[in-house]
Amino acid sequence: MTNLVEIRGLTVEATTDSGRWIQILKGIDLDIAAGETVAFIGESGSGKTTAAMTLLGYARPGCRISGGTVKVDGHDMVTLSEKERSALRGTTVAYVPQSAAAAFNPAATIMDQVIEVTRIHGLMPPDEARRRAVALFRALSLPDPDGIGDRYPHQVSGGQLQRLAAAMALIGDPKVVIFDEPTTALDVTTQVEVLRAFKAVTAQRRVACVYVSHDLAVVAQIADRIMVLRNGEVQETGSVHDILTRPTHPYTKELLHAFHPDAGGRTAAPVSDDSAPLLEINTLSAGYGPPQSNGQPLVLAVKGVSLQVKRGTNLGIIGESGCGKSTLARSIAGILPACKGDIQFNGKELWHSARQRSHDQLRDLQIVFQHADTALNPAKSIEDILGRPLTFYHGLRGRARDARVDALLDMVRLPRALRHRRPAELSGGQKQRVNFARALAAEPKLILCDEITSALDTVVAAAIIDLLKELQRELGLSYVFISHDLSVIEAICDEIIVMYRGQTVETIVPAARQQPQHPYSKLLFSSVPKLDPTWLDTLDLDPERMRVA
Amino acid sequence: MKTYSPTGILAARSGYRVNLVGLVSFFVVLFWALVALFAPYIAPHSVGEMIDLDYFGPMRPGLWLGSDYLGRDMLSRVIFGARYTVGISLAAVSIACFTGVVLGMTSAVLRGPVDMVVSRLLDALNSIPSKLFGLMVVAAVGSSIPVLILTLSVIYIPGAYRFSRALAVNIETMDFIMVARIRGEKLPYLIGSEILPNIIGPVLADLGLRFVFIVLLLSGLSFLGLGVQPPYADWGALVRENIGGLPFAAPAVIVPSLAIATLTISVNLLIDNLPQKIRDRSTS
Repeated sequence: MTNLVEIRGLTVEATTDSGRWIQILKGIDLDIAAGETVAFIGESGSGKTTAAMTLLGYARPGCRISGGTVKVDGHDMVTLSEKERSALRGTTVAYVPQSAAAAFNPAATIMDQVIEVTRIHGLMPPDEARRRAVALFRALSLPDPDGIGDRYPHQVSGGQLQRLAAAMALIGDPKVVIFDEPTTALDVTTQVEVLRAFKAVTAQRRVACVYVSHDLAVVAQIADRIMVLRNGEVQETGSVHDILTRPTHPYTKELLHAFHPDAGGRTAAPVSDDSAPLLEINTLSAGYGPPQSNGQPLVLAVKGVSLQVKRGTNLGIIGESGCGKSTLARSIAGILPACKGDIQFNGKELWHSARQRSHDQLRDLQIVFQHADTALNPAKSIEDILGRPLTFYHGLRGRARDARVDALLDMVRLPRALRHRRPAELSGGQKQRVNFARALAAEPKLILCDEITSALDTVVAAAIIDLLKELQRELGLSYVFISHDLSVIEAICDEIIVMYRGQTVETIVPAARQQPQHPYSKLLFSSVPKLDPTWLDTLDLDPERMRVA
Repeated sequence: MKTYSPTGILAARSGYRVNLVGLVSFFVVLFWALVALFAPYIAPHSVGEMIDLDYFGPMRPGLWLGSDYLGRDMLSRVIFGARYTVGISLAAVSIACFTGVVLGMTSAVLRGPVDMVVSRLLDALNSIPSKLFGLMVVAAVGSSIPVLILTLSVIYIPGAYRFSRALAVNIETMDFIMVARIRGEKLPYLIGSEILPNIIGPVLADLGLRFVFIVLLLSGLSFLGLGVQPPYADWGALVRENIGGLPFAAPAVIVPSLAIATLTISVNLLIDNLPQKIRDRSTS
C-alpha cells in the first residue's frame, strides 16, 4: 500500500548574507497515511516549519529544496512546475497559518475569503461553495454559522478566526492539511475549543494532518505520531504513546523534562513572616484614555487590586490576555500611573508616576519585558546595554565596569565573548538572559517579570526559570511573575493571584496543595493541556464554568 | 536578502560590500572636496586676474578651460568657485541637519505641548517657498556669506526636523526606550544614546540629499545675482556671468554647469550606493 505522503532524503538549503549555501534540513524521511496526523515538534530554528512547507512545494525566499523527493498523493512537489504546484495547493494540500489575524484580508468579508479557493480552482458554483462553508462552520462549532460569513475579520475573536482559517483550508477538500502552530497565539481556555474543533473535523473527513508545534502537550492531544526535529535532523519518530512514555533520544527526554519543571527546587522563604512586606498594593486602579468626570480613565483595565509581596518570596499573576495583568505590572513600575490606590515599597509610599520616584526607588524596582527583541537597543553592544545601568546607578566606569559586566554575564550563564555582539546576533534565549541581566545590574530588591518566558521554547523557558530560581537563592531577590502559563508560574511562585477582567478573583498557595475554588480559576487550571493523550477527550468543562468565561 | 550581480561588487576586506557606482561617485565627490580645500595651491592664476585679450576664449594650452567674459582664466575661477559652492553648502547643511535632527528627536521624546509648538512653527516655516524666502532675506539684509549660510540652513531645518521626527517616533515606542525612561534617564541620553544610533543611517542619507538641494538653491540664488558677490563667484554665479557665451559655445558657460551636475549627481549616487553595512545600520 502506498502512503499519501512520502518524503525521502529531503534537504533544504538557505543562503547566508555572504552568499554561502548552508543546509537547514539534512535528509528527512517520512510517510503519512491517509487520515493520519503527524506532529512536527522542535524548538525554533529546528526546521519544523520549513519541513512542513515542502509539502506545498514551497521554500521561503532565500531557501531552496536541494534534494530528495516529496510525494504528495503521487505528485512529486519538488519537480513539479510552479503552475502544477498551484493547481495542487488548496485542493490536495492546504495550509493553516500560525496567525490567522494576519492571514485574513481586513477589507473583505470572511465568506468571500473562505470560498476563494473554490473560485480560483473553479471547483463549484459560489452558491454551493457557500453552503459547504456554512456546513464547515457548523462542524467547527462556530457560533452563528449562517451569519458569521458576512462579518469582517476584526468582528470575530482570535479563536474563531483560527477556526475560520481552518475552514478556508478545508473547503477545497484537501487530502493533507498543514497546521502551523495554529493555537500558539491563543489563550489556554480558547485553545481547548479550537483543538476540539480541529480534531473533530479532521477525523470526520479523514484528512491527513501535519501539525507543527513546539508544545508537546497540545501535540499529545491531536497527533497519532510525533516527529522530533532538531537542527534540521530527525531525532526521533514514533507514536505519541511511545514518545511520551519511552523517549529514546536525549533531546526528547529534555523536552519532556522541560514540561515538568520541578517546583520542589525552591527553598522556603528565608525571611520570617512577621517582617513588613516588600511591596504592598491597596485597591490600585489603572486604565487608558482621557480622564472622565469621575477622575477615572476612559477604560479601566485594573480595578481595585490589592496584593502583597514578602521579602524573598515570589508572587505569580495569571490570567488570560486582556485581564489587566500587564497593566498592573506597568502601573507598579510607574510607566502607566495608577489613578487610584496606593503602592508601598520597602516601607515607603511610592509615587504613582516613575518620574517622581527617587533614584534609589527606581533602582530597587526593576521590570523585565516580554519581548527581548524590542527591549534591547539593536544599535548597541551587549556591553553597552549592561554597562549603562552600572554607570547610571552605581557610577561604575572603566575597568570596574568591565569586571562587573563579566560578572553579570557569568551570572546569567552567557559566555563573556558575547559582550561585543549586538542583540540581533544572539538567539531568543540569550537575548532574554541579557534582558534579565540588565535588571540585575541595578541590584534591585524586586523584579517584575512580564511574560518573560512566553516568547521562548519550552526547553529554553525551563532553563530561564531554573536560572531565576538560582539567582534568587544567591541574591535574595523577590519576583512578581506575570504569565498566562500556569506550569511556569507554579514552578517558581509561592503565591498565585488569578486575575479576571481587571480584578483578582482568587489567591492560591501552591505549597498548600490548595485547589482553585472560583469558577474562573477552575476553568483556567483545567484548560492547561496535560501530556496525557486522552486529556482533551475526557476534559469536562462544565457549563457553569463555561458561562463565566 | 538582495542579491547583487558579482560584477558590481568589490569585496572589500573590511566586510563592507562596496558597489562600483558608489566607488566612482565617491571619487568624484572626493575630487571636488580636495579641489575646494587646496584651491589656492592648484589654481594657476588669481580669481580676478585678466590674462586673455579675447573674451569667451576657447580651450587651449595655458588656458585649459578657456576664458570668461572678461578674459579671466576659467580654470582658476572654477577651482575657486568650488570653495564657495562646497563650503557654503556644507556649512548650511550641517547647521540645518544638526538643528533639525536634535529638535525632531526631542519632540518625539517629549511629545505633548513641546512637540505641538515646535511642529507647528516649523510647518509654518516650511510653507514659505524656499527661493522666495531666500530672495526676501537677501533683499532685506544684503548678501554676505554668513547670511547665505544661515538663510539656507533655516530653509532646510523643517525638512530635517520632519524626517528625523518621523523616524524617532517609531523608535520611541520600543520597549528599550521605556526601559531607559524608568531607569530615570534624562533627555540628552535618550536622544543621543538610545535613539540616534538607530536612525543614523537614514539621517546620513537625508543629509546627503539635503546637501544637493542646498547646492542647487545656492546656485539658483547666485544665478539671480543674489549669492556670492563679484569678483568672487560660486558655480551658479559663473554660469550667470558667462551666459552671454552660450551662442559661442564657450566652455566658460558649460564647465561650471558640468561642475554642478557632477557634484550633485555624484553625491546622490553615493548615498544610494553607500557600502552596505553602513546603510543597514538601522535594520541590523
